[in-house]
Amino acid sequence: MAIKVYGLPQSNNALRAMAALNEKELEYELCPVDLQSGAHKKPEFLALNPFGQIPVVQDGDDIIFESRAISRYIATKYKESGADLLPVNSAKFETWLQVESSQFYPAISELNFELLFKPMFGMTTDMSNVEKQAEKLSAVLDVYEAHLAKNKYVAGEVFTLADLNHMPEIFLLLKSPKAELITSKPHVKAWWEDISARPAWKKTAASIPL
Amino acid sequence: MSGVKLYGSPMSTCTARVLLCLEEVGAEYELVPVSTLTGEQKSPAHLARNPFGQIPALEDGDLVLFESRAISKYVLRKYKESGTDLLKEGNLAESAMVEVWLEAESQQYNPAISPIVYQSLVVPKMGGGTPDQAIIDSSLEKFKKVLEVYEARLSKSKYLAGDFFSLADLSHFPYTRYLMVTPYASVFESYPHVKAWWEDITSRPAFKKVSAGMLGS
Repeated sequence: MAIKVYGLPQSNNALRAMAALNEKELEYELCPVDLQSGAHKKPEFLALNPFGQIPVVQDGDDIIFESRAISRYIATKYKESGADLLPVNSAKFETWLQVESSQFYPAISELNFELLFKPMFGMTTDMSNVEKQAEKLSAVLDVYEAHLAKNKYVAGEVFTLADLNHMPEIFLLLKSPKAELITSKPHVKAWWEDISARPAWKKTAASIPL
Repeated sequence: MSGVKLYGSPMSTCTARVLLCLEEVGAEYELVPVSTLTGEQKSPAHLARNPFGQIPALEDGDLVLFESRAISKYVLRKYKESGTDLLKEGNLAESAMVEVWLEAESQQYNPAISPIVYQSLVVPKMGGGTPDQAIIDSSLEKFKKVLEVYEARLSKSKYLAGDFFSLADLSHFPYTRYLMVTPYASVFESYPHVKAWWEDITSRPAFKKVSAGMLGS
């Protein structure tokens, strides 16, 4: 049975799972979940993820939700396949995995929601929230700029899951009016240009209908 | 094995998360106070440890880490010979469940509970301000929905990741401990399995010790 990803091809969090699968050169089946009709709140879906959110990955008997748990599961289970996303079980790796989750993601995901997804759903962008989140993200990216001046990738000299977990949100932000938050910082920009040139990411990016 | 230095405050939720791990594995450690009351976490000395200017940070020889959930994993791995296995990294299915519920803590539970704790405790005590009841009320509604999911999970499973206590359970302690000293503690009465789980994990010696260093003990 193929690996199943329950999600959508434009979903930031589903893309995190699919990016990992592509890096591992694994085949998977994307099972779309119609959020607009509330499919994610129906019993069949809640049986997969009681929090009623995408993505969920089903691999044999394993059903995993929470995209960062999914990407780590894929990286661990399939360590020998494709790129090794966990080359060193290092302190710096774990730290920057958490930095993405607690420092980077809150501001950038809200920015992307305001600037890209609200207009798609006919909702009004809250410009004062955009400015607030942009300021937060800029301060966080100042730390990244200093870090990436001394480290080729966030966990050191090698591309890891810690870099990968950032990619969907950066891709989305670069399609928004706030792209300069990334492009104005030379080391952040260089890091993005490097990691987005990876063949597996190009495959992921090509599948995003935006 | 030589000890580690933990920079933070025993009253801070994120420092408490790491203290629990250190206590669970019986590690030798030194807690070096960094005062958020004086803004010491933004001092150059602390920024050199944690460029995001937050507590805690951990020093182990030349190694410096920050982000409490990362430090927790580091501590648990370093001291895994102690016999306390809260990560289950030897078993893919079990470790995957630990990761799922660690993420649930971070992405579902924490965003709902922390505004309640912040408004009820931090705003009046640290800032001398008045709690924003609208924020508390909307967070409580979100939190109850999260607790419904936890109630269902803990009706089928003794602990969050399975029938074994893990970092996933431990990670929920600090903010829940602080909710218990607010008027909103009673929310747990409607979720008997969650309440039973809470009583079980807080009976652990490590939890009693760390709890004693926190406000309202």
